[in-house]
Amino acid sequence: MKKLLKLAVSALAVISMFVQPLKASSVELIGAGATFPYPLYSKMFDVYNKEHGIKINYSAIGSGGGIRQLMAKTVDFGGTDAFLTDKEIREMPGSVVHIPTCIGAVVFAFNVPGVPELNLTPDVIAGIFLGKIKKWSAPEIRKINQNVKMPDINIVVIHRSDGSGTTFIFSDYVSKISNEWKNSVGTGTSLKWPCGLGAKGNPGVAGLIKQIPGSIGYVELIYALSNKIPFACVQNKSGIFIKPSLLNTSIAANVELPDDMRVSITNTNEKNGYPICGFTWIIVYKEQNYDNRSFEKAKELVNLLWWITHQGQRYTEALHYASLPKEAVVKAERIIQSITYNGKPIIK
Amino acid sequence: MKKTSKKQEIKKVFSKDPGPWNFYSRAGNKYFLMDWIFKKILFISGVSIFFLVLMIFIFLVLNSMPSIKEFGFRFFLSKSWDPVFEKFGALPFIAGTIFTSFLALLISLPFSLSISLYLGEFSKSGFFSGFLKNSIELLAGVPSVVYGFFGMFVLIPIVRYLEIKFNIEPYGVGIFTSSIILSIMIIPFSASLGREVIELIPQDIKEAAYSLGSTRYEVIKRVVLPYAKSGITAGILMALGRAFGETMAVTMVIGNSNVMPKGLFSPANTMASLIANEFTEAVSRIHLSSLIEIGLVLFIISAVFSIMGKIFIHKFSITENG
Repeated sequence: MKKLLKLAVSALAVISMFVQPLKASSVELIGAGATFPYPLYSKMFDVYNKEHGIKINYSAIGSGGGIRQLMAKTVDFGGTDAFLTDKEIREMPGSVVHIPTCIGAVVFAFNVPGVPELNLTPDVIAGIFLGKIKKWSAPEIRKINQNVKMPDINIVVIHRSDGSGTTFIFSDYVSKISNEWKNSVGTGTSLKWPCGLGAKGNPGVAGLIKQIPGSIGYVELIYALSNKIPFACVQNKSGIFIKPSLLNTSIAANVELPDDMRVSITNTNEKNGYPICGFTWIIVYKEQNYDNRSFEKAKELVNLLWWITHQGQRYTEALHYASLPKEAVVKAERIIQSITYNGKPIIK
Repeated sequence: MKKTSKKQEIKKVFSKDPGPWNFYSRAGNKYFLMDWIFKKILFISGVSIFFLVLMIFIFLVLNSMPSIKEFGFRFFLSKSWDPVFEKFGALPFIAGTIFTSFLALLISLPFSLSISLYLGEFSKSGFFSGFLKNSIELLAGVPSVVYGFFGMFVLIPIVRYLEIKFNIEPYGVGIFTSSIILSIMIIPFSASLGREVIELIPQDIKEAAYSLGSTRYEVIKRVVLPYAKSGITAGILMALGRAFGETMAVTMVIGNSNVMPKGLFSPANTMASLIANEFTEAVSRIHLSSLIEIGLVLFIISAVFSIMGKIFIHKFSITENG
């Protein structure tokens, strides 16, 4: 019996020698954070693992969780939909850099009987979500939707009940177009909603909208596209009603970008840009030599970031994310080059 | 030979020790050691449960310190929950939790009581009662997200229809809908405990009542219910605990409005549902700490009701003397 066991153990050892890739670097990277880009990340990391033999574990626990875990140094990188505020950056134990990975858009899904297409202006959006415009037949809405007959029913606002990057992008936009919203509600992943019902996640919001005639809510563009949910056109800063699409979203990011890439691109100046969209970021420590991390690990992390912002971008469209525009990639390159190990840049 | 000498050695070392090792001298029972180990394991399990509860409590208190310091007692009185401007108050959620849970209890009570009476007194065996028993056990095993789906796709349209009839804002979601879902979820808990207690009532007491000319209804009213009162109450308390802590199903049908509930049909939110919703994205220290304080409040409220129930059971239970 003992002999048999010995044999089994040695056989297992021999097998495991072959199973383990012969590469010397068996580095494993761990990340945690935003759920919004999770489908994209899981595709990217899967491909990267096949191409480079580096295993990457990403747990989609929410942006807040990602930031907290990076703060506790339990992960190599965090994912977040909202860039860190100055106060949050000060609270981090080390200097943190933001690398944009893709762009997501937020669209308005609606359920108004007899209305297949809906136009919205910034004023109407602010009015509806502040609870001031109460009926679909209100003159403000009728004026911009003259080719359909708006029914005389109440508007029911559906919003996300869970903290979410989608809510952040939405509220960031409304704060820019309405001072009243900015002063009474503000921008954040969770809000103090003036009206409406909350539902958990994109599926929850879409489900409630389907259930309640007269309802309007916001969901991610990817979710609306892959589930074929009708969504509204939104008037942008240039006065054009834009039907949200990946192209319009990418165009919206063609604006002057700051060097640290902590930027909100909602309410874009671009003529054909869709106004409600935002970057999602991966955050890492600028100085990678902390907690006895090996140089190898730091290098693999930097290589991964480079790959995500370059080769990895080809997976965005298929999964309904907008890819990074050229200028954003150039800025991202500079940020990745600024990551150091013992004060020396890791890649040039 | 070798074995015996080893045993003797051990015996020699420990013979003066009155502890468990001296199992040869004590009662001459060779299983004494096993007995001792078994007893210790039970003791350690019991004590570790106590420490677990204590540690959870300490964890909650420590982590909610920033919020306790910042808001103090206002936390329980303030109606505003504002993560952007970082003003937190728990009153809407405390109200929402207690409102939905007690309403659920009220709705479920007639059902669970009649089920336990039927299964415990009227039809103790047979195909139908077996079927009923299994169905109730199945109800207890259904994941709460499934109840949530049921609420979303079946209950919401029905409640909406009612609301339109009564001329109330037809949301379909809210306190009433979540109370109904909760009541279905808690029926198995109170029903099965009630049934077990009713089954345990001594046959001779019931027969005595019958021999005095009581009808079946009178037996139930005068004998069965008073006897089973404490068990039924315990079941209700267990059910209440479940209702307090339920998260997923409630989140899906309550409407998640962080405001004071205005009426039976108005959307609201509960403590458990709020924590589940906001915990993942809570970045700022005070937001996180306030959520943990909500958890602490939930913990304390559950404990208070549990203790109150214990006192209640103690007072009303029929003893040998009473």
